[in-house]
Amino acid sequence: MRDVAVLGVGINKKWGELWEMSLRDVFVEAALAAIDDAGADHIDSMYVGCMSGGLFAGQEHLGCLMADYLGVKPIPATRIESACASGSAAFRQGFIEVASGMSDFVLVGGVEKMTDVSGDEATYALSSASDMEYEAYHGITFPGLYALMARDHMQRFGTTREQLAHVAVKNHRHGAMNPVAQFPSVISVKDVVESVMVADPLRILDCSPITDGAAAAVLCPLETARKLSRKPVVKVLGSAQASGAIALHSRQDLSRLDSTEKAAEKAYRMAGKSPADLHVVEVHDCFTIAEIMVIEALGLVERGKGGQAAESGMTSLGGRIPVNTSGGLKSKGHPGGATGVAQVVEITRQLRGESGDRQVKGASTGLTQNMGGTGGSSVVHIFGVV
Amino acid sequence: MANPARYWREIPQRYRLEAARCVQCGEICYPPRLVCPRCGARKFDKVTLNDEGVIVSCTVIRVGPSQFSDQTPYAIGIVELDGGVRITSQIVDCDCEKLAAGQRVRLEFRRIQQQGEAGILCYGHKCVPA
Amino acid sequence: MAGIIGYGAYIPRSRIRVEEIAKIWGADAPSYKRGLGLEEKSVPGPDQDTITMSVEAARKAVKRAGIDAREIGAVYVGSESHPYAVKPSGTILAEAIGATPEVHSASFEFACKAGSEAMFVCLCQVESGRIKYGLAVGADTSQGAPGDALEYSASAGAAAFLFGREDVAAEVVETYSYTTDTPDFWRREYQHYPRHAGRFTGEPAYFKHVLGAANGIMAKAGMKAGDFTYAVFHQPNGKFPLNAGRRLGFTREQIEVGRLVPKLGNTYSGSSPLGLTAILDVARAGDRILMVSYGSGAGSDGFIFNVTGRIDEIRERAATTRQMLDTNRVYLDYGTYVKYRGKIRRAE
Repeated sequence: MRDVAVLGVGINKKWGELWEMSLRDVFVEAALAAIDDAGADHIDSMYVGCMSGGLFAGQEHLGCLMADYLGVKPIPATRIESACASGSAAFRQGFIEVASGMSDFVLVGGVEKMTDVSGDEATYALSSASDMEYEAYHGITFPGLYALMARDHMQRFGTTREQLAHVAVKNHRHGAMNPVAQFPSVISVKDVVESVMVADPLRILDCSPITDGAAAAVLCPLETARKLSRKPVVKVLGSAQASGAIALHSRQDLSRLDSTEKAAEKAYRMAGKSPADLHVVEVHDCFTIAEIMVIEALGLVERGKGGQAAESGMTSLGGRIPVNTSGGLKSKGHPGGATGVAQVVEITRQLRGESGDRQVKGASTGLTQNMGGTGGSSVVHIFGVV
Repeated sequence: MANPARYWREIPQRYRLEAARCVQCGEICYPPRLVCPRCGARKFDKVTLNDEGVIVSCTVIRVGPSQFSDQTPYAIGIVELDGGVRITSQIVDCDCEKLAAGQRVRLEFRRIQQQGEAGILCYGHKCVPA
Repeated sequence: MAGIIGYGAYIPRSRIRVEEIAKIWGADAPSYKRGLGLEEKSVPGPDQDTITMSVEAARKAVKRAGIDAREIGAVYVGSESHPYAVKPSGTILAEAIGATPEVHSASFEFACKAGSEAMFVCLCQVESGRIKYGLAVGADTSQGAPGDALEYSASAGAAAFLFGREDVAAEVVETYSYTTDTPDFWRREYQHYPRHAGRFTGEPAYFKHVLGAANGIMAKAGMKAGDFTYAVFHQPNGKFPLNAGRRLGFTREQIEVGRLVPKLGNTYSGSSPLGLTAILDVARAGDRILMVSYGSGAGSDGFIFNVTGRIDEIRERAATTRQMLDTNRVYLDYGTYVKYRGKIRRAE
């Protein structure tokens, strides 16, 4: 197994409702940005992470489509799907292909074009990450599922409505400094708790938005990166993935993310790191409660204490362990399949010292956590500057 | 969602709560599966779920998927039936603001959704306060 | 002797008062209440229909009878609001209670007497020996056109009866049917609401057939009003059954237990059948019951039942009709009512 580095990263100029750009346009813009950042003159293979080209854009065969439009055929190109963890699952496949020696330059891109369908159709497409026959059939939605998890966490650990709001407030504060962010506006706790109710207790400002966007990265062997790159070299220290039950009702502990815990444990072991070694983290805040549960599962805080993290400033820029300096899914946006790769973009730039106003001083070790559904799949990567 | 064959296939589960109990470890699977998620065994007995249970966690959906948009606000949650199996189910015939974990409920046959004005009708169970 | 071996009822919990409807249409509530002899009616939820209510009522009937549903040889649902125009309500009911696949089924329609017609057919099949048990349900979620007199009374409910030959709780002593072509109330295909012929629905329709069947069955059985403990007639409003009862020589006491309409409304195919379930909830061994249904178009089915001691063994196994009628109610405003009943024109 060879050591692998992230040679280049790229993301669209802006995420949001990109009316003028099609699914293929969105992907290619980000992919070209990553290829240019890498300075690579060729790629050997590519992976496309996308949650549902079929339900959102009526388009399948995305590996082929993107390779064609990126002008890189005849390289092998494969679409990877793991609901909202599609991006990082694709990144992991790219990592494995380089680590195994199979390919030298692998492009990983994640993309989602969610605005070519109505709000109802988008909600339906998102719900397909749940158990369609025994969860969605009965009328549960993703906000509804996370609301059940929130209720459980609040009841058992005393997590408050305000503590949930602080997650959104923090992520917006960070996102306001991110030119790519869909909603770069500063919001207050009052804004969140007075926003329209979606599924008790979650309100619209507890929920990540519907977004068009893509992000991409070019991976290569560490030794190659050392030779080619004029920027600090970012190595993939750990890569892990775990699956969990698809239905929330199949889990005994509703607010515990088993698959994230397992993936994190394996990633820490592979990287030879512990939670205390991390300087900057990007997590899957599809809903405010998700960030709270994830930082517990990652071991950044004790189980049950996640609610205090954003509220106390611990996970803010300038705090003990900044989480979601990009703005997270909440402020930056959440194009399903792109999110996991966008997290890699943020951490890579942080470790290179390229994050400007959002820079975590001296960051040299970072982690990304991405998950699908209510945690049925989780992917964790750990990065270090070498 | 309401394609006839796909709906029809789940009728024994949705109408009669038919489940499968692992012969080796006793785990009850609803719906039935080919492989026991607990012990990996592949042989099962047919069992029927209990029709009463307790709310584990519930919420009120105010923005629903299109087939359910007329019914909002509606309560939905995870209910643990007597015997241990947990299901996702709407909770109706109640003040949805006043539901709490621990409350006892029982299952009643209801229409869950339909495929527009001309498509098939889809039935199943919802919970009502016991 | 064959008869009822199990019975069950289902009434949805929502109600709407006459005042609430009258307010919207500028009608005088007190005179409607007086004229119709009714105060409020049941309203089905948006997730309820003839099939869902039939399943709940039938499950109680099976529980009371204590039989294996696989031995049911026929499942018939009588209604004028079957959810499908083509696809019998009975197949879904039969599947839900586990009577499939060796079972006969069909949807019955005869306005408000579709349920009693289903009861008659099940009884005959059991008596002939062709089937061991037959399940007959009368259920409706019928609609009244907005602003029409029927809107005050058209309500929802289901009554289910299992017929058999052993452990009979109410033996069927006699049956009789009185049928003519009388166009008092009808609904053409693809029409949303039924139409009726105003005052013509009284004497030439309801009374002619109810009295015709009642007199006919009593003559056939050699009985008179005084021989009965209870009588239940089709109850489209609170007044008609009292009027019919009086003319036939029944006392108020004989009729009152089965006369549910003042607080329930007219459950159409469930009307006299639900009244019968309320009677069975209190009847004792040796009681004799007369039931006469009425369906527009028109016809009446008469039944005479003799209650046996078995009723005391089975009654407690499920909730009574009065429990469902009197407890756990929620009152709706007119807006919620029309939303539930699908009377609001929606976008395509």
